[in-house]
Amino acid sequence: MPDPVDPVAPAPRASALAAVHKALGASFTDFGGWLMPVRYTSDLAEHHAVRRAAGLFDISHMAEFVVTGPDAAPFLDHALAGPLATLAVGRAKYTLLLNEGGGILDDLIVYRLAADRYLVIANAGNRTVVAEALEDRAQRWPIVATLAGGDRPAGGSFALVRGSRPVRVDDVSDSYALLALQGPRSSQILSAVRGLEATGADPAALSSYAWAEASFDGVPVLVLRTGYTGEDGYELLLPADRAAGLWAALQEAGEGLGLIPAGLAARDTLRLEAGMPLYGHELSADVRPDQVGLARVVGSGASGPPGFVGGDALARPRDAGAPVLVGLVSEGRRAARSGYPVRLGDSVVGNVTSGALSPTLGHPIAMAFVRPDLAAPGAALDLDVRGTRIPATVTALPFYRRKK
Amino acid sequence: MTDLTSLKYTAEHEWIALDGDIATVGITDFAADKLGDVVFVDLPPVGSPVLAGEVCGEIESTKSVGELYAPLTGEVVAVNEAVVDDPSLVNSSPFDDGWLLKIRVDAPASADLLDRQAYLGLTGAAR
Repeated sequence: MPDPVDPVAPAPRASALAAVHKALGASFTDFGGWLMPVRYTSDLAEHHAVRRAAGLFDISHMAEFVVTGPDAAPFLDHALAGPLATLAVGRAKYTLLLNEGGGILDDLIVYRLAADRYLVIANAGNRTVVAEALEDRAQRWPIVATLAGGDRPAGGSFALVRGSRPVRVDDVSDSYALLALQGPRSSQILSAVRGLEATGADPAALSSYAWAEASFDGVPVLVLRTGYTGEDGYELLLPADRAAGLWAALQEAGEGLGLIPAGLAARDTLRLEAGMPLYGHELSADVRPDQVGLARVVGSGASGPPGFVGGDALARPRDAGAPVLVGLVSEGRRAARSGYPVRLGDSVVGNVTSGALSPTLGHPIAMAFVRPDLAAPGAALDLDVRGTRIPATVTALPFYRRKK
Repeated sequence: MTDLTSLKYTAEHEWIALDGDIATVGITDFAADKLGDVVFVDLPPVGSPVLAGEVCGEIESTKSVGELYAPLTGEVVAVNEAVVDDPSLVNSSPFDDGWLLKIRVDAPASADLLDRQAYLGLTGAAR
């Protein structure tokens, strides 16, 4: 065995729940500059708990931004891919932050908090990139001029009396903790949390990709019906200094219902089964949305270049040879891992971005970039697992879909 | 229950129980914990020669792949088929039911092998 301990990057940040995790016996890993729980007991037990009952994750390493102002809606339509102005208050949308070339800088979930207010949740490792892109795009957003006296004076010149930036971006990541309650019993568990009161819509009645306000022991909590595991579930955003109280109340409510704390290792196998791309694996600044099955996020482009950053580039056809993301399934127990070659005969025709022995399905699964002419479901390819060829079949994503 | 102080260890987190010229080899609880849930082990066939310090097998968890290094030079005389069938034994019983292979050792044990105290010192767990 080589030393399995990852070198720890200098001074990773600790979550507000670090002491709670330590008391629960968690193993930690550096994740996007944060020291986060990788597992508490067993990756497999935590994975299965989320599929069968529920798991509780600390995802406080995620970055949060609030975009406010009378122009927040048109600004986000410009700054991010996909329409946000038409998003109803109370709803959320998965979207992308693109560069001018149409490459993916991050994948995001945007929640419309009010007509002029949005919450943007980004990946921990991309906090700076997202902050800089949003701030830069806000700085370039045209200044609104307000005319003295209201309407333009008839027949005369008019004066600009005041200019103000109609949109403002605040990075609130340091103030909030984010917990994820995921699994088929999450709604039942959430309803039983002592001290959690709905102040708007009933959280249990929320539809997927909706959110509601609640309070926990008098502190406002945003209850978001979103997640990253392929199961029903919630994400709960609240002031960081109140996170330990809510964590304990959730654990208490889930006792007897199969809820266990779950770490980032389980989160990774869960999201892979659900075919959800992960930044740094499937997504990067060199990858266009239409290479990874996310064309739906940015619209068809059929009606001309959309008016968002990166839209012009996406309106042009991509390089015909650009690799596309596929699912691959194989038999046995030997999983391909990120970076392993995909072969056809003696040629390398792609490479694996994520792979694991699927705990739910019992066979190896992988996502991989492959040559576009080999991407049709059913295509037979080989995975090169450290020199051993393992036959694999291209399959439609996701690998696992929960029963509704 | 194995007396852990009677075992030898390598810096690569293998343990070795020597009985005459037969060495039973496994990986330590520290390594098993760090790997996470072991889901696949690939062991050398019985009868194959192994060289001290060279890779002779693989241990895969849900998250990662670890290589198994032969701690001693010799011939593989047994592999633990129970672990091949149920790799979780590496996690649940790393020093007993989760043993991996037995080697008939060609030469006396290398002086490079560590005692329990030295191994714990290496993992930062020394008391």
